[in-house]
Amino acid sequence: MDKETFFESPVTSLGRTAIRWVNELGAMVLFLLRTFLMIFHPKQFPMIIHQVYFIGARSATIVMLVGLFTGMVLGLQLFHTLVKFGSAGVLGTAVALSLIRELGPVLTAIMITARAGSSMAAEIGIQRISEQIDALDTMRIDPLRYLVSPRIAASIISFPLLTALFDLIGILGGFVTGVMMMGLNAGTYFYRVRTGVDLEDITGGFVKSLVFAVLVSMICCFQGYYTHLRRDSYGAKAVGLSTTSAVVVSCVLILVADYVVTSLLL
Amino acid sequence: MKTPLIEFQKVSKRFNNHVVLDQVDLTIYEGEVTTIIGKSGSGKSVLLKHIIGLITPDEGIILFRGQPVKKMGKSEQDRTFSQISYMFQNNALFDSMTVSENIALPLQQTTRLSQKAIEERVRARIGQMELTDVARNYPSELSGGMQKRVALSRALVVDPRIVLFDEPTTGQDVIRRNAILSMIAQYQRKFGFTAVLISHDVPDVFFISNRILALSDGKIIFQGTPEQFEEFDHPFVDEFVQSLEDFQEHLTGIQSKRQFKARNQMGLRRKRPQESYVVALFTLQDFDQLCEYLGHTQGQEILNAMGTYLNKHFGAVGGFSARQSKNQFTTFLPFSNLNEAERIVEKFAADLREEGLRTIQAEAHVPQDVCFPFAILTGLAESQAGREEIDLVFRKAEVTQKEIARVYCEIRR
Repeated sequence: MDKETFFESPVTSLGRTAIRWVNELGAMVLFLLRTFLMIFHPKQFPMIIHQVYFIGARSATIVMLVGLFTGMVLGLQLFHTLVKFGSAGVLGTAVALSLIRELGPVLTAIMITARAGSSMAAEIGIQRISEQIDALDTMRIDPLRYLVSPRIAASIISFPLLTALFDLIGILGGFVTGVMMMGLNAGTYFYRVRTGVDLEDITGGFVKSLVFAVLVSMICCFQGYYTHLRRDSYGAKAVGLSTTSAVVVSCVLILVADYVVTSLLL
Repeated sequence: MKTPLIEFQKVSKRFNNHVVLDQVDLTIYEGEVTTIIGKSGSGKSVLLKHIIGLITPDEGIILFRGQPVKKMGKSEQDRTFSQISYMFQNNALFDSMTVSENIALPLQQTTRLSQKAIEERVRARIGQMELTDVARNYPSELSGGMQKRVALSRALVVDPRIVLFDEPTTGQDVIRRNAILSMIAQYQRKFGFTAVLISHDVPDVFFISNRILALSDGKIIFQGTPEQFEEFDHPFVDEFVQSLEDFQEHLTGIQSKRQFKARNQMGLRRKRPQESYVVALFTLQDFDQLCEYLGHTQGQEILNAMGTYLNKHFGAVGGFSARQSKNQFTTFLPFSNLNEAERIVEKFAADLREEGLRTIQAEAHVPQDVCFPFAILTGLAESQAGREEIDLVFRKAEVTQKEIARVYCEIRR
């Protein structure tokens, strides 16, 4: 029997969609739990190192670049705003707090999603449609352990480190515009950075980056792993759509989770 | 009675409302080559995936050495399935890994062997499969046949007791198809595993199979030996096997054993009772060593060239030839008695020694400076129309076989 459209039977349609979402959410949670437990398998270490290199080390350049310009823009914008209130001296604190508490974790996560998350979804998706994952199954190699678990572990390691790098470079970016271009005193800038930032701010930023790491890696791997179950397309097109979904859903959830974590931390 | 290694009892599988397997009963015995044949979409791959546990049945029981798989604990199931390797239709090689990495993967991930031991085993397997030159290449840089060999190496590197081959010859030309089948047969004998194949290569696959399972509309309609299948009277044989045989003949110019028998029957019907005919059986001796020395593809090309040569030679005197087994041909001489046939075969042997071997070598694209060990045996048997079964005449011819041509070579490795 053909399924009714939304206009023919809105309640049924909504109900069906809700059930699908709940199912998918449940599947994601189970997926995460299974893969998380497998991180501690003895054969994982070399694969985790390999993924840390791919997700972490190879994302460092782009994260530094984005961090630098974010810091520079912040330095410029905040300098002009603070000058109006005669408080240009607190520029260091403003730049550092904005970066450490908010922009660092969020922008780093979005950049890694774009660079490594999309690649995770596409790579696993292609392995799914070309039966490479079935081949792992037939060799008694758990595909979740071999393909997904190292990526989640590597994300958990890489996201906070890259966030720290982003924050550091961003603060230097603020220094470039605030001090070198706008003429603020260098000592004042760094003094305000040091005194304005508490350990709680740094911890909060890292908590966010850990949450984003789990979210991004889980969503991207999940989308790739279940590419073959998509109802809207098959084959290469399904891989393309899974990659797009992975990036879009990750970015949206990063912002949603950012709000939730911020409200819990404050 | 032998206990089956794998047994299906009333196994059914549906995908949505489509019944793929319908109350399937089958048995697979240890140490044998079992081939599953059937039209596209008849559920062959689904059946194979049930054996390795990738798909579970909706109904019915799968027994492994007499024990239901469903009732096994997880560790026992793992132990059972770890004895099975699966070679996918499209090879399913990891495209971002080199050939040697692909082959090493199951050892690295499922055993506690040291890196050195793994490297040694991989190197040995690569050598056996003639892949040494491409060990550092990626799968996409290899030909289809080479990719098959890599997939086969990966399947065999863990020393499995059972290997499942899902259409191992798909997309290959006729020579390579036979080369792959010959390779499977050779390694099956060498390593002693149980092989289960899905293949459309009728009748070539019969030469290497101990048992045939025919799947049609989700049901097993035949299971038995290839010889029993040749006698099997069912519309499936006409629809499926006949069309494949015609295609095969078109490609190779050599008839199948079934076609040979049919043509032979027609010929005999036209003969008066007690009118004699002769069957000549030609065997290419040491065919496995020949394949090992020159490669399976070249081995098949030689076999093909020899078939063509036989057809050309005996066609001129009213005979017709067919492939009898992996390395044997039969020639039917309908208008001859034994003395006359002996003279014809002696003339053939002289021609073969004089220029035939060179012709076969040239047609098989073997360079003239390459020497290959090559021996042909011939046996003759005379019979009268309607006196005895043709299979009995084949057996008589086999008993009388003697060497008619041989090339000696020093095999260098």
